[in-house]
Amino acid sequence: MLIRRPADIKSSEITDPLIYRQRREFIKGAAAISALAALPLRADAATKLSGVKKSTYTVDEVLTPFNDITTYNNFYEFGTDKASPAIQARNFVPRPWTVTVEGMVKRPMTFDIDDLMKWPLEERVYRLRCVEGWSMVIPWTGFPLNEILKRVEPTGSAKFVEFTSLNDPKRMPGQRSPVLDWPYVEGLRLDEAQHPLTLMVVGLYGEVLPNQNGAPLRLAVPWKYGFKSAKSIVRIRLVEKAPISSWMRATPNEYGFFSNVNPDVDHPRWSQSKERRIGEFLKRKTLPFNGYGAQVAAMYAGMDLRKFF
Amino acid sequence: MAKAALFFVCLIPLGRLVWLAFNGGLGANPIEFITRSTGTWTLVLLLVTLSITPLRKLTGYNALIRVRRMLGLFAFFYVCLHFTTYIWLDQFFEWASILKDIKKRPFITVGFASFVLLIPLALTSTNAMMRRLGRRWQQLHRLVYLIGIGGVVHYWWLVKKDITQPALYALVLALLLGYRLTLWLQARKRVAPPPAPITPVNLASHK
Repeated sequence: MLIRRPADIKSSEITDPLIYRQRREFIKGAAAISALAALPLRADAATKLSGVKKSTYTVDEVLTPFNDITTYNNFYEFGTDKASPAIQARNFVPRPWTVTVEGMVKRPMTFDIDDLMKWPLEERVYRLRCVEGWSMVIPWTGFPLNEILKRVEPTGSAKFVEFTSLNDPKRMPGQRSPVLDWPYVEGLRLDEAQHPLTLMVVGLYGEVLPNQNGAPLRLAVPWKYGFKSAKSIVRIRLVEKAPISSWMRATPNEYGFFSNVNPDVDHPRWSQSKERRIGEFLKRKTLPFNGYGAQVAAMYAGMDLRKFF
Repeated sequence: MAKAALFFVCLIPLGRLVWLAFNGGLGANPIEFITRSTGTWTLVLLLVTLSITPLRKLTGYNALIRVRRMLGLFAFFYVCLHFTTYIWLDQFFEWASILKDIKKRPFITVGFASFVLLIPLALTSTNAMMRRLGRRWQQLHRLVYLIGIGGVVHYWWLVKKDITQPALYALVLALLLGYRLTLWLQARKRVAPPPAPITPVNLASHK
Protein backbone atom coordinates (compact mmCIF):
# COMPACT_ATOMS: atom_id res chain seq x y z
CA MET A 1 0.00 0.00 0.00
CA LEU A 2 1.24 3.38 -0.91
CA ILE A 3 1.30 5.79 2.00
CA ARG A 4 1.37 9.39 0.85
CA ARG A 5 3.44 11.55 3.12
CA PRO A 6 3.15 15.29 2.94
CA ALA A 7 6.10 16.82 1.14
CA ASP A 8 8.90 17.80 3.47
CA ILE A 9 9.51 20.97 1.60
CA LYS A 10 6.75 23.21 0.38
CA SER A 11 6.90 23.95 -3.31
CA SER A 12 7.11 27.66 -2.51
CA GLU A 13 10.39 27.02 -0.75
CA ILE A 14 11.99 25.19 -3.63
CA THR A 15 14.22 27.44 -5.67
CA ASP A 16 13.58 27.54 -9.37
CA PRO A 17 16.35 25.56 -11.15
CA LEU A 18 17.01 28.51 -13.41
CA ILE A 19 17.74 30.66 -10.39
CA TYR A 20 20.09 28.26 -8.69
CA ARG A 21 21.97 27.64 -11.90
CA GLN A 22 22.35 31.41 -12.29
CA ARG A 23 23.40 31.58 -8.68
CA ARG A 24 26.04 28.91 -9.24
CA GLU A 25 27.34 30.78 -12.24
CA PHE A 26 27.41 33.95 -10.19
CA ILE A 27 29.29 32.28 -7.35
CA LYS A 28 31.78 30.68 -9.72
CA GLY A 29 32.39 33.98 -11.43
CA ALA A 30 32.75 35.92 -8.22
CA ALA A 31 35.01 33.29 -6.68
CA ALA A 32 37.24 33.46 -9.69
CA ILE A 33 37.61 37.20 -9.23
CA SER A 34 38.25 37.10 -5.54
CA ALA A 35 38.59 34.02 -3.40
CA LEU A 36 38.53 36.30 -0.39
CA ALA A 37 35.04 37.63 -0.94
CA ALA A 38 32.62 36.25 1.58
CA LEU A 39 29.55 35.80 -0.53
CA PRO A 40 26.19 36.36 1.04
CA LEU A 41 23.53 33.97 -0.17
CA ARG A 42 20.77 35.66 -2.05
CA ALA A 43 18.17 33.29 -0.71
CA ASP A 44 15.19 35.36 -1.78
CA ALA A 45 16.29 36.55 -5.17
CA ALA A 46 13.42 36.19 -7.62
CA THR A 47 11.43 33.69 -5.58
CA LYS A 48 7.88 33.33 -6.83
CA LEU A 49 5.15 33.97 -4.29
CA SER A 50 2.42 31.35 -4.25
CA GLY A 51 -1.27 31.52 -3.46
CA VAL A 52 -1.57 35.18 -4.36
CA LYS A 53 -5.11 36.31 -5.03
CA LYS A 54 -5.83 38.94 -7.67
CA SER A 55 -7.44 41.98 -6.11
CA THR A 56 -10.13 44.19 -7.51
CA TYR A 57 -8.06 47.20 -6.40
CA THR A 58 -6.35 47.24 -9.74
CA VAL A 59 -6.02 49.86 -12.43
CA ASP A 60 -6.38 48.74 -16.01
CA GLU A 61 -3.28 50.41 -17.41
CA VAL A 62 -0.15 49.16 -19.12
CA LEU A 63 2.26 47.78 -16.54
CA THR A 64 5.68 49.38 -16.26
CA PRO A 65 8.28 46.72 -17.17
CA PHE A 66 9.90 44.88 -14.26
CA ASN A 67 13.30 46.03 -15.42
CA ASP A 68 12.33 49.72 -15.17
CA ILE A 69 10.70 49.29 -11.76
CA THR A 70 13.86 47.63 -10.43
CA THR A 71 16.52 49.88 -11.95
CA TYR A 72 15.02 53.35 -11.45
CA ASN A 73 14.59 53.81 -7.74
CA ASN A 74 14.62 56.57 -5.18
CA PHE A 75 15.91 54.72 -2.15
CA TYR A 76 18.53 56.98 -0.57
CA GLU A 77 19.58 54.25 1.87
CA PHE A 78 21.31 52.76 -1.18
CA GLY A 79 22.54 55.97 -2.83
CA THR A 80 20.92 59.09 -4.22
CA ASP A 81 21.35 58.20 -7.87
CA LYS A 82 18.30 56.38 -9.19
CA ALA A 83 20.44 53.68 -10.77
CA SER A 84 22.38 52.98 -7.61
CA PRO A 85 19.88 51.07 -5.38
CA ALA A 86 19.80 48.22 -7.92
CA ILE A 87 23.58 47.96 -7.59
CA GLN A 88 24.16 48.88 -3.95
CA ALA A 89 21.30 46.75 -2.59
CA ARG A 90 22.38 43.67 -4.51
CA ASN A 91 23.90 41.94 -1.50
CA PHE A 92 21.48 43.26 1.11
CA VAL A 93 19.99 40.38 3.10
CA PRO A 94 16.58 41.32 4.48
CA ARG A 95 16.66 38.50 7.05
CA PRO A 96 16.18 38.00 9.92
CA TRP A 97 13.53 40.71 9.98
CA THR A 98 10.84 41.74 12.37
CA VAL A 99 8.51 44.67 12.47
CA THR A 100 7.48 45.99 15.85
CA VAL A 101 4.09 47.61 16.22
CA GLU A 102 3.85 49.70 19.37
CA GLY A 103 2.78 52.98 20.90
CA MET A 104 -0.85 53.73 21.55
CA VAL A 105 -2.14 50.21 21.04
CA LYS A 106 -3.88 47.75 23.32
CA ARG A 107 -1.70 44.84 22.22
CA PRO A 108 1.79 45.79 21.05
CA MET A 109 3.18 43.06 18.82
CA THR A 110 6.28 42.08 16.88
CA PHE A 111 5.79 40.28 13.60
CA ASP A 112 8.35 38.16 11.83
CA ILE A 113 8.49 38.77 8.10
CA ASP A 114 8.31 35.03 7.38
CA ASP A 115 5.02 34.87 9.29
CA LEU A 116 3.65 37.92 7.51
CA MET A 117 4.44 36.28 4.17
CA LYS A 118 2.00 33.50 5.10
CA TRP A 119 -0.90 35.91 5.49
CA PRO A 120 -3.40 35.96 2.65
CA LEU A 121 -1.64 37.94 -0.05
CA GLU A 122 -3.21 39.78 -2.95
CA GLU A 123 -1.85 41.36 -6.08
CA ARG A 124 -2.90 44.93 -6.79
CA VAL A 125 -1.90 47.10 -9.73
CA TYR A 126 -1.31 50.63 -8.44
CA ARG A 127 -0.14 53.84 -10.04
CA LEU A 128 2.94 55.32 -8.45
CA ARG A 129 3.57 59.03 -8.87
CA CYS A 130 6.96 60.34 -7.79
CA VAL A 131 7.23 63.89 -6.48
CA GLU A 132 9.89 64.40 -9.17
CA GLY A 133 7.30 64.23 -11.95
CA TRP A 134 7.43 60.65 -13.25
CA SER A 135 5.09 57.75 -12.73
CA MET A 136 4.80 53.99 -13.07
CA VAL A 137 2.11 51.30 -12.97
CA ILE A 138 3.19 48.57 -10.59
CA PRO A 139 1.81 45.15 -9.67
CA TRP A 140 2.44 44.93 -5.93
CA THR A 141 1.76 41.92 -3.74
CA GLY A 142 0.81 42.40 -0.13
CA PHE A 143 -1.97 42.81 2.41
CA PRO A 144 -3.79 45.87 3.75
CA LEU A 145 -1.94 47.65 6.54
CA ASN A 146 -5.22 47.57 8.41
CA GLU A 147 -4.75 43.81 8.92
CA ILE A 148 -1.87 44.68 11.23
CA LEU A 149 -3.67 47.59 12.87
CA LYS A 150 -6.73 45.45 13.65
CA ARG A 151 -4.55 42.97 15.50
CA VAL A 152 -2.81 45.54 17.70
CA GLU A 153 -6.00 47.57 18.36
CA PRO A 154 -5.14 51.28 18.41
CA THR A 155 -6.33 53.07 21.55
CA GLY A 156 -8.71 56.03 21.40
CA SER A 157 -5.87 58.54 21.65
CA ALA A 158 -3.97 57.18 18.64
CA LYS A 159 -4.37 59.65 15.77
CA PHE A 160 -1.34 59.02 13.55
CA VAL A 161 0.90 56.17 12.48
CA GLU A 162 4.65 56.57 12.24
CA PHE A 163 6.76 54.25 10.08
CA THR A 164 10.48 53.81 10.67
CA SER A 165 12.80 52.18 8.17
CA LEU A 166 15.89 50.16 8.98
CA ASN A 167 18.85 52.16 10.24
CA ASP A 168 21.98 50.12 9.57
CA PRO A 169 24.76 51.97 7.73
CA LYS A 170 26.74 48.73 7.50
CA ARG A 171 24.06 47.16 5.35
CA MET A 172 22.72 50.36 3.82
CA PRO A 173 25.74 52.25 2.48
CA GLY A 174 23.73 55.35 1.60
CA GLN A 175 23.20 55.96 5.30
CA ARG A 176 26.90 56.70 5.72
CA SER A 177 26.15 60.04 4.10
CA PRO A 178 23.98 62.47 6.07
CA VAL A 179 21.84 63.35 3.07
CA LEU A 180 18.73 62.68 5.19
CA ASP A 181 18.27 62.44 8.92
CA TRP A 182 18.43 58.63 9.38
CA PRO A 183 16.49 56.52 9.96
CA TYR A 184 13.89 57.31 7.34
CA VAL A 185 10.61 58.23 8.99
CA GLU A 186 7.22 58.60 7.40
CA GLY A 187 3.72 59.00 8.71
CA LEU A 188 0.03 58.72 7.92
CA ARG A 189 -3.09 59.88 9.67
CA LEU A 190 -4.82 56.91 11.31
CA ASP A 191 -7.75 56.95 8.87
CA GLU A 192 -5.30 57.00 5.94
CA ALA A 193 -3.41 54.07 7.44
CA GLN A 194 -6.65 52.14 7.91
CA HIS A 195 -7.84 52.89 4.39
CA PRO A 196 -8.31 49.71 2.34
CA LEU A 197 -6.00 51.08 -0.39
CA THR A 198 -3.05 51.36 2.00
CA LEU A 199 -1.03 48.26 1.29
CA MET A 200 1.86 46.56 3.09
CA VAL A 201 3.92 45.22 0.24
CA VAL A 202 6.04 42.06 0.26
CA GLY A 203 6.17 41.33 -3.46
CA LEU A 204 6.48 42.74 -6.95
CA TYR A 205 5.38 41.11 -10.19
CA GLY A 206 4.41 38.01 -8.20
CA GLU A 207 7.90 37.59 -6.80
CA VAL A 208 9.47 38.39 -3.46
CA LEU A 209 10.04 42.14 -3.24
CA PRO A 210 13.48 43.01 -4.68
CA ASN A 211 15.88 44.70 -2.28
CA GLN A 212 16.00 47.95 -4.25
CA ASN A 213 12.22 48.31 -3.98
CA GLY A 214 12.20 48.25 -0.18
CA ALA A 215 12.58 44.60 0.85
CA PRO A 216 11.30 42.87 2.76
CA LEU A 217 8.36 45.06 3.72
CA ARG A 218 7.24 48.44 2.43
CA LEU A 219 4.15 50.57 2.12
CA ALA A 220 2.24 51.47 -1.01
CA VAL A 221 -0.02 54.48 -0.56
CA PRO A 222 -1.04 55.10 -4.16
CA TRP A 223 -2.72 58.50 -3.81
CA LYS A 224 0.37 60.11 -2.26
CA TYR A 225 3.76 60.94 -3.72
CA GLY A 226 6.09 57.95 -3.73
CA PHE A 227 8.26 59.05 -0.82
CA LYS A 228 5.31 58.61 1.56
CA SER A 229 5.50 54.86 0.96
CA ALA A 230 8.28 53.98 3.41
CA LYS A 231 10.57 51.08 2.53
CA SER A 232 12.28 48.38 4.61
CA ILE A 233 10.04 49.08 7.60
CA VAL A 234 11.11 47.85 11.03
CA ARG A 235 8.78 49.79 13.31
CA ILE A 236 5.22 51.02 13.20
CA ARG A 237 4.18 53.28 16.04
CA LEU A 238 0.74 54.61 16.82
CA VAL A 239 1.00 58.16 18.11
CA GLU A 240 -1.10 61.13 19.08
CA LYS A 241 0.69 63.88 17.13
CA ALA A 242 1.60 64.01 13.45
CA PRO A 243 5.10 62.53 13.01
CA ILE A 244 7.77 64.70 11.41
CA SER A 245 8.85 62.80 8.32
CA SER A 246 12.43 62.74 7.07
CA TRP A 247 11.57 64.89 4.07
CA MET A 248 9.68 67.43 6.20
CA ARG A 249 12.73 67.68 8.43
CA ALA A 250 15.05 68.06 5.43
CA THR A 251 13.10 70.78 3.57
CA PRO A 252 9.98 71.87 5.46
CA ASN A 253 8.84 74.35 2.81
CA GLU A 254 8.97 71.73 0.06
CA TYR A 255 7.44 68.64 1.67
CA GLY A 256 4.31 68.60 3.78
CA PHE A 257 2.87 65.87 5.95
CA PHE A 258 0.04 64.88 3.61
CA SER A 259 1.83 64.99 0.26
CA ASN A 260 -1.25 63.89 -1.62
CA VAL A 261 -0.71 63.88 -5.37
CA ASN A 262 -2.13 67.23 -6.44
CA PRO A 263 -1.67 68.81 -9.89
CA ASP A 264 -2.77 72.20 -8.52
CA VAL A 265 -0.14 72.50 -5.82
CA ASP A 266 3.32 72.79 -7.34
CA HIS A 267 6.51 71.77 -5.70
CA PRO A 268 8.20 75.11 -4.90
CA ARG A 269 10.79 74.38 -7.59
CA TRP A 270 8.86 72.52 -10.27
CA SER A 271 5.37 71.98 -11.61
CA GLN A 272 3.25 69.02 -10.55
CA SER A 273 0.59 69.45 -13.22
CA LYS A 274 2.04 66.78 -15.49
CA GLU A 275 4.05 63.64 -15.25
CA ARG A 276 6.05 61.39 -17.50
CA ARG A 277 4.82 57.83 -17.33
CA ILE A 278 7.94 55.70 -17.59
CA GLY A 279 7.98 54.20 -21.07
CA GLU A 280 5.89 56.96 -22.63
CA PHE A 281 7.13 59.89 -24.68
CA LEU A 282 4.56 62.61 -24.10
CA LYS A 283 3.78 63.77 -20.61
CA ARG A 284 0.33 63.08 -19.26
CA LYS A 285 -1.81 65.17 -16.95
CA THR A 286 -1.43 64.38 -13.29
CA LEU A 287 -4.72 63.45 -11.65
CA PRO A 288 -5.84 64.70 -8.23
CA PHE A 289 -5.05 62.02 -5.65
CA ASN A 290 -3.26 60.22 -8.48
CA GLY A 291 -6.64 59.11 -9.84
CA TYR A 292 -7.85 57.65 -6.53
CA GLY A 293 -10.07 60.61 -5.66
CA ALA A 294 -13.27 58.55 -5.65
CA GLN A 295 -11.83 56.36 -2.90
CA VAL A 296 -9.92 58.87 -0.79
CA ALA A 297 -11.06 62.47 -1.40
CA ALA A 298 -13.73 62.23 1.33
CA MET A 299 -11.01 61.90 3.97
CA TYR A 300 -9.91 65.45 3.17
CA ALA A 301 -13.32 67.09 2.84
CA GLY A 302 -13.22 70.69 4.01
CA MET A 303 -9.43 70.81 4.21
CA ASP A 304 -7.48 73.49 2.36
CA LEU A 305 -5.16 71.24 0.36
CA ARG A 306 -2.89 74.17 -0.49
CA LYS A 307 -2.23 74.66 3.19
CA PHE A 308 -2.10 70.97 4.03
CA PHE A 309 0.09 69.95 1.11
CA MET B 1 46.76 67.55 -35.08
CA ALA B 2 46.26 67.75 -31.31
CA LYS B 3 43.40 70.13 -31.97
CA ALA B 4 41.73 67.68 -34.34
CA ALA B 5 42.06 64.94 -31.72
CA LEU B 6 40.49 67.19 -29.10
CA PHE B 7 37.64 67.91 -31.49
CA PHE B 8 36.77 64.21 -31.55
CA VAL B 9 37.23 63.88 -27.80
CA CYS B 10 34.62 66.61 -27.36
CA LEU B 11 32.22 64.58 -29.48
CA ILE B 12 32.51 61.48 -27.29
CA PRO B 13 29.69 62.51 -24.89
CA LEU B 14 27.34 62.88 -27.85
CA GLY B 15 28.57 59.65 -29.40
CA ARG B 16 27.98 57.87 -26.12
CA LEU B 17 24.39 59.14 -25.95
CA VAL B 18 23.70 57.98 -29.49
CA TRP B 19 25.27 54.60 -28.79
CA LEU B 20 23.28 54.19 -25.57
CA ALA B 21 20.09 55.26 -27.33
CA PHE B 22 20.47 52.52 -29.92
CA ASN B 23 21.43 49.91 -27.33
CA GLY B 24 18.69 50.54 -24.78
CA GLY B 25 21.20 52.02 -22.37
CA LEU B 26 19.42 55.25 -21.47
CA GLY B 27 17.55 53.64 -18.58
CA ALA B 28 13.92 53.89 -17.53
CA ASN B 29 13.67 57.61 -18.19
CA PRO B 30 15.67 58.32 -21.38
CA ILE B 31 14.58 61.95 -21.70
CA GLU B 32 15.77 62.73 -18.19
CA PHE B 33 19.02 60.89 -18.95
CA ILE B 34 19.65 62.95 -22.09
CA THR B 35 18.74 66.21 -20.35
CA ARG B 36 21.08 65.46 -17.44
CA SER B 37 23.90 64.28 -19.66
CA THR B 38 23.88 67.23 -22.07
CA GLY B 39 23.61 69.61 -19.11
CA THR B 40 26.53 67.96 -17.36
CA TRP B 41 28.73 68.16 -20.44
CA THR B 42 27.85 71.81 -20.97
CA LEU B 43 29.05 72.56 -17.46
CA VAL B 44 32.17 70.44 -17.82
CA LEU B 45 33.13 72.14 -21.08
CA LEU B 46 32.44 75.58 -19.63
CA LEU B 47 34.77 74.83 -16.75
CA VAL B 48 37.40 73.34 -19.04
CA THR B 49 37.22 76.49 -21.19
CA LEU B 50 37.59 78.64 -18.09
CA SER B 51 40.63 76.63 -17.00
CA ILE B 52 42.61 77.39 -20.15
CA THR B 53 43.85 80.81 -19.01
CA PRO B 54 44.91 79.70 -15.51
CA LEU B 55 46.61 76.63 -16.98
CA ARG B 56 48.40 78.72 -19.56
CA LYS B 57 49.65 81.16 -16.95
CA LEU B 58 50.68 78.47 -14.50
CA THR B 59 52.45 76.23 -17.02
CA GLY B 60 53.61 78.84 -19.49
CA TYR B 61 52.25 76.55 -22.22
CA ASN B 62 50.79 79.24 -24.42
CA ALA B 63 49.68 76.94 -27.24
CA LEU B 64 46.66 76.10 -25.07
CA ILE B 65 45.02 79.33 -26.18
CA ARG B 66 44.52 77.84 -29.62
CA VAL B 67 41.92 75.32 -28.35
CA ARG B 68 40.02 77.70 -26.08
CA ARG B 69 37.57 78.88 -28.71
CA MET B 70 36.80 75.36 -29.82
CA LEU B 71 36.13 74.25 -26.24
CA GLY B 72 33.87 77.24 -25.67
CA LEU B 73 31.95 76.48 -28.82
CA PHE B 74 31.53 72.87 -27.73
CA ALA B 75 30.04 74.13 -24.46
CA PHE B 76 27.62 76.10 -26.61
CA PHE B 77 26.95 73.03 -28.76
CA TYR B 78 26.02 70.94 -25.71
CA VAL B 79 23.85 73.67 -24.21
CA CYS B 80 21.98 73.84 -27.52
CA LEU B 81 21.38 70.07 -27.31
CA HIS B 82 20.34 70.51 -23.66
CA PHE B 83 17.88 73.29 -24.52
CA THR B 84 16.52 71.41 -27.52
CA THR B 85 16.00 68.32 -25.38
CA TYR B 86 14.03 70.44 -22.93
CA ILE B 87 11.76 72.18 -25.43
CA TRP B 88 11.35 69.23 -27.74
CA LEU B 89 11.61 65.90 -25.91
CA ASP B 90 10.66 67.11 -22.44
CA GLN B 91 8.03 69.78 -23.08
CA PHE B 92 7.16 68.85 -26.66
CA PHE B 93 6.85 72.51 -27.78
CA GLU B 94 4.24 73.40 -25.21
CA TRP B 95 5.17 77.04 -25.30
CA ALA B 96 2.78 78.14 -22.56
CA SER B 97 4.26 75.65 -20.16
CA ILE B 98 7.83 76.51 -21.24
CA LEU B 99 7.25 80.22 -20.67
CA LYS B 100 5.69 79.50 -17.30
CA ASP B 101 8.72 77.40 -16.37
CA ILE B 102 11.12 80.16 -17.38
CA LYS B 103 9.16 82.72 -15.42
CA LYS B 104 8.27 80.70 -12.35
CA ARG B 105 11.05 78.17 -11.77
CA PRO B 106 14.18 79.94 -10.57
CA PHE B 107 16.46 77.10 -11.69
CA ILE B 108 15.04 77.30 -15.21
CA THR B 109 15.17 81.11 -15.20
CA VAL B 110 18.86 81.04 -14.35
CA GLY B 111 19.63 78.26 -16.80
CA PHE B 112 17.76 79.97 -19.60
CA ALA B 113 19.43 83.33 -18.89
CA SER B 114 22.85 81.70 -19.00
CA PHE B 115 22.00 80.02 -22.30
CA VAL B 116 20.83 83.33 -23.81
CA LEU B 117 23.98 85.08 -22.62
CA LEU B 118 26.10 82.44 -24.29
CA ILE B 119 24.59 83.16 -27.72
CA PRO B 120 26.38 86.49 -28.35
CA LEU B 121 29.64 84.92 -27.26
CA ALA B 122 29.24 82.13 -29.80
CA LEU B 123 28.24 84.62 -32.52
CA THR B 124 31.26 86.84 -31.89
CA SER B 125 33.75 84.00 -31.73
CA THR B 126 35.04 84.43 -35.29
CA ASN B 127 38.35 86.13 -36.10
CA ALA B 128 36.52 88.82 -38.05
CA MET B 129 34.33 89.67 -35.07
CA MET B 130 37.32 89.73 -32.76
CA ARG B 131 39.02 92.24 -35.04
CA ARG B 132 35.89 94.30 -35.44
CA LEU B 133 35.14 94.51 -31.73
CA GLY B 134 38.73 95.11 -30.62
CA ARG B 135 38.90 95.89 -26.91
CA ARG B 136 35.18 95.48 -26.49
CA TRP B 137 35.48 91.82 -27.53
CA GLN B 138 37.26 90.95 -24.33
CA GLN B 139 34.81 92.98 -22.28
CA LEU B 140 31.92 91.13 -23.88
CA HIS B 141 33.50 87.75 -23.40
CA ARG B 142 33.94 88.36 -19.68
CA LEU B 143 30.24 87.43 -19.59
CA VAL B 144 31.44 83.84 -19.48
CA TYR B 145 32.19 84.29 -15.76
CA LEU B 146 28.55 85.13 -15.12
CA ILE B 147 27.43 82.29 -17.37
CA GLY B 148 29.59 79.84 -15.42
CA ILE B 149 28.04 80.98 -12.15
CA GLY B 150 24.56 80.78 -13.69
CA GLY B 151 25.21 77.24 -14.89
CA VAL B 152 26.31 76.00 -11.49
CA VAL B 153 23.39 77.73 -9.74
CA HIS B 154 21.01 76.16 -12.29
CA TYR B 155 22.32 72.72 -11.34
CA TRP B 156 22.35 73.45 -7.61
CA TRP B 157 18.73 74.57 -7.54
CA LEU B 158 17.34 71.63 -9.43
CA VAL B 159 18.84 68.97 -7.16
CA LYS B 160 16.35 67.55 -4.68
CA LYS B 161 18.65 67.00 -1.75
CA ASP B 162 22.08 65.55 -2.44
CA ILE B 163 24.13 68.59 -3.48
CA THR B 164 27.47 66.74 -3.69
CA GLN B 165 27.69 67.01 -7.47
CA PRO B 166 26.76 70.70 -7.88
CA ALA B 167 29.01 71.52 -4.92
CA LEU B 168 31.91 69.91 -6.79
CA TYR B 169 31.28 72.08 -9.85
CA ALA B 170 30.92 75.14 -7.62
CA LEU B 171 34.28 74.41 -6.02
CA VAL B 172 36.07 74.12 -9.36
CA LEU B 173 34.41 77.29 -10.62
CA ALA B 174 35.36 79.13 -7.42
CA LEU B 175 38.99 78.09 -7.90
CA LEU B 176 39.02 79.21 -11.53
CA LEU B 177 37.37 82.56 -10.84
CA GLY B 178 39.33 83.03 -7.60
CA TYR B 179 42.58 82.65 -9.49
CA ARG B 180 41.55 85.43 -11.87
CA LEU B 181 40.39 87.66 -9.05
CA THR B 182 43.73 87.24 -7.26
CA LEU B 183 45.67 88.16 -10.40
CA TRP B 184 43.43 91.15 -10.98
CA LEU B 185 43.82 92.40 -7.42
CA GLN B 186 47.60 92.03 -7.62
CA ALA B 187 47.73 93.90 -10.91
CA ARG B 188 45.60 96.68 -9.53
CA LYS B 189 47.87 97.06 -6.53
CA ARG B 190 50.91 97.35 -8.80
CA VAL B 191 49.47 100.06 -11.01
CA ALA B 192 47.51 101.78 -8.28
CA PRO B 193 47.82 105.54 -8.63
CA PRO B 194 49.70 107.37 -5.89
CA PRO B 195 47.45 108.66 -3.16
CA ALA B 196 45.85 111.95 -4.04
CA PRO B 197 47.76 114.91 -2.63
CA ILE B 198 46.24 116.26 0.47
CA THR B 199 45.30 119.83 -0.05
CA PRO B 200 45.11 121.63 3.23
CA VAL B 201 41.94 123.50 3.45
CA ASN B 202 42.52 126.90 4.92
CA LEU B 203 39.30 127.56 6.61
CA ALA B 204 40.66 130.81 7.88
CA SER B 205 40.91 132.27 4.38
CA HIS B 206 37.18 132.05 4.01
CA LYS B 207 36.57 134.25 6.92
